[in-house]
Amino acid sequence: MKTTDVLFAGFGGHGMLMAGKLLAMAMIKQGRQVSWLPAYGAEMRGGTANVTVCISDGDVMSPYIERPNSLVVMNTPSLHKFGPKVKTGGLVLVNSTLVRESFERDDCHVLYLPAGDIAMGLGNVKATNLVLLGAFIGLSKIVTKEDMIEVIQESFTSKSKFIPLNVSAFAAGYEEGTKLRLENDVELELEDEERDSTYAYSNG
Amino acid sequence: MRKIFSHTEGMITDPMHYCPGCTHGIIHRLVGETLIELGIRERAVGISPVGCSVFTYKYFRCDMFQASHGRAPAVATGAKRCRPELVVFCYQGDGDLAAIGTSEIIHAANRGEKITCIFVNNAIYGMTGGQMAPTTIPGQRTSTTPGGRNVAEDGFPLKMSEILSQLQTPGYIARVSMHSPAEIIKAKQIVRKAFEYQVSNTCFSFVEFLSTCPTNWGMSPVDSLNWMKTNMLPYYPLGEHKIPEKHEGGSR
Amino acid sequence: MAKILMKGNEAIGEAAIKAGCLHFFGYPITPQNELPEYLSKRLPQVGGKYIQTESEVATSNMIFGAAGVGVRVMTSSSSPGISLMSEGLSYLAGAELPAVIVNMMRAGPGLAGILPAQSDYAHATRGTAHGDFELIVLAPSSVQEAVDLTILSFELAEKYRNPVMLLGDGMIGQMMEPVEFPDVEVGPPMKAADWALTGCKGREPRLVSSLFLDPVELNEKNHERFARYKVIKDNEARHELYNCDEPYDVLITAFGVMSRVCKSAIQELKGQGINVGMFRPITVKPFPSEQCSAAIFKSKRVLDVEMNMGQMLVDIQLAANGKREVDFMGKCGGLTPSIEDVIESVHSTLAKIKGGVA
Repeated sequence: MKTTDVLFAGFGGHGMLMAGKLLAMAMIKQGRQVSWLPAYGAEMRGGTANVTVCISDGDVMSPYIERPNSLVVMNTPSLHKFGPKVKTGGLVLVNSTLVRESFERDDCHVLYLPAGDIAMGLGNVKATNLVLLGAFIGLSKIVTKEDMIEVIQESFTSKSKFIPLNVSAFAAGYEEGTKLRLENDVELELEDEERDSTYAYSNG
Repeated sequence: MRKIFSHTEGMITDPMHYCPGCTHGIIHRLVGETLIELGIRERAVGISPVGCSVFTYKYFRCDMFQASHGRAPAVATGAKRCRPELVVFCYQGDGDLAAIGTSEIIHAANRGEKITCIFVNNAIYGMTGGQMAPTTIPGQRTSTTPGGRNVAEDGFPLKMSEILSQLQTPGYIARVSMHSPAEIIKAKQIVRKAFEYQVSNTCFSFVEFLSTCPTNWGMSPVDSLNWMKTNMLPYYPLGEHKIPEKHEGGSR
Repeated sequence: MAKILMKGNEAIGEAAIKAGCLHFFGYPITPQNELPEYLSKRLPQVGGKYIQTESEVATSNMIFGAAGVGVRVMTSSSSPGISLMSEGLSYLAGAELPAVIVNMMRAGPGLAGILPAQSDYAHATRGTAHGDFELIVLAPSSVQEAVDLTILSFELAEKYRNPVMLLGDGMIGQMMEPVEFPDVEVGPPMKAADWALTGCKGREPRLVSSLFLDPVELNEKNHERFARYKVIKDNEARHELYNCDEPYDVLITAFGVMSRVCKSAIQELKGQGINVGMFRPITVKPFPSEQCSAAIFKSKRVLDVEMNMGQMLVDIQLAANGKREVDFMGKCGGLTPSIEDVIESVHSTLAKIKGGVA
């Protein structure tokens, strides 16, 4: 059975929970199992906010992951907090518009993308989350660009004026992610895990 | 011979457990008669409280709840919201409604629940043995205010009718007294009006009865009525304190 | 019906509607607010009623009133709010009324934290409120299971005329997972009950009460209720065995989402050549003690893992009956034992087996 997990981390209002939700929706479309587990502080805005998305071909076991395969990180505090926890061989994708320092991990792919600048170039810094999501998918190819765009269009139907911005932010991120994948020779695959054990579910 | 007085069909005929001289029995009868006169007994659900009138459920000939202390208006809210065709009434004493159940009565009134609350205020905890009630009047001696209610420490008695009348939500709020036959006749008209407001789905309705407790006041029934008239009426003015047609309230 | 991605709190709300529950009373508290918010929007669409109450004390008495007139009713809250509902829960049990109460547990005691925990296992299964009664308590481990168990909760509540609690460990409420619902818009209403207060037209008046001043009568009532709990234990206790077919030295016991963390740990341990079994109660009340004992006796030692200070541990020790040692590993305050924590604890339990530590 193949599984992976991604942690999207930033502050409340950064839209990282939304980025995770879009990824989870795309995974369901592909018939995969997912869990989307958020964690946030007491503040409605400005506190830490992150979400772990677990993806599996079978039942998702633990939705609570302390050592994720991948980390998509919006800002410096989140990088400091979660960067060291990424599994060896994993991916750390950093929004270098907000993170002005380099992150030392030799055993991971640490990649930088000025996602905030890209979003500002498209007219709205609030789309930074979609640039990062696009870059993650360009890197991982976990879902096709077309399928993801469809999910974005579907999930913004009630706020349709945001669709063009979000789609173009995603597409810009996706192109950058694809480039990073080639430049850095990143091969991200879902992990294989033995999970053919017995599963008895009984009543009485 | 012409029969001029009989039991009301709204109540059972068994003897009640109330102490001699207590006015609960009369108040029960006013409610029971109203259930029959308005033809609502068969769709009525009453809620009995905790306190002297805990056995109210034994006396009315309609479906009854026995509720926890002070929560009758919450139970009534649950029943009425789920089955609006029912006529739901609470029967509560002063400890139940004005102390432990203050929150429930205020919020039920404020939501404008289409229920009718019968509130019996005799200025003392009866069943537990005559302790101070939230409505015990200043200076009144009880088993927990041996020197009389001291307003510096215990505060002033709560005027529930006045408090509820302050709410912006339309409602029918009235205070009546049991100290004379004339007042009892007036009270009957007001109880009927209160139920009519519920039946016509107009508003929340609330009738506060000034009542006595000869046993715990340590007086004869007649002295109790006189004491109530002299000491309670000046503090608790009678009348319609609020009518739904006129939100600012008023008096008769 | 296609699977949709939904937060546990919202999914439980929708499941209630699919179970035919059209009445919800509740007071806001984190981390369950999505549930009342969802129902405040959804219930009016299907002809139902949502009422925001003034307190959890009032809430528990409103559901008493609603259940008493014979309708399906639900409320939800989180730990401190459930404490305040204790009054109504005892009265519901005393008056033998069906109702469903959701507890999305947060850390305790006191106001404590808003993060997920399993801090109310003991409160839900043992010390819910005054008097001789038990709740039926169901503990889901996934959003889908939360949906299925919500529907089951209404069935059990009515079948046995007893309040049922859905005990979620906070994460269940906040987590989104794909879910499937029964293919109905709204479930059927509760069948006309011969105890419900619906107005006495054409019959004798009824009484819904928990007051029994005659000691003989109350004694009989409580004995009858506990005879019913025995029937519930015999017929309704549910559990899951995971990875228990191959021989194992260590049996993990866990409930709720914690059990899924343990499953991931068990998979990693398999990679290390260590086979570990797991027992998960789905009904934590009644606790499936015989089934738990059977799984325990196939092991050499037990490791109980919880998001609290060991509240289920007592039930596991009772099932072990002094014949197996039970180790405990727990985190609380909003922390969750990680996969790595569980693996480490299994190794420590294995070392105790090897070392012959009692």
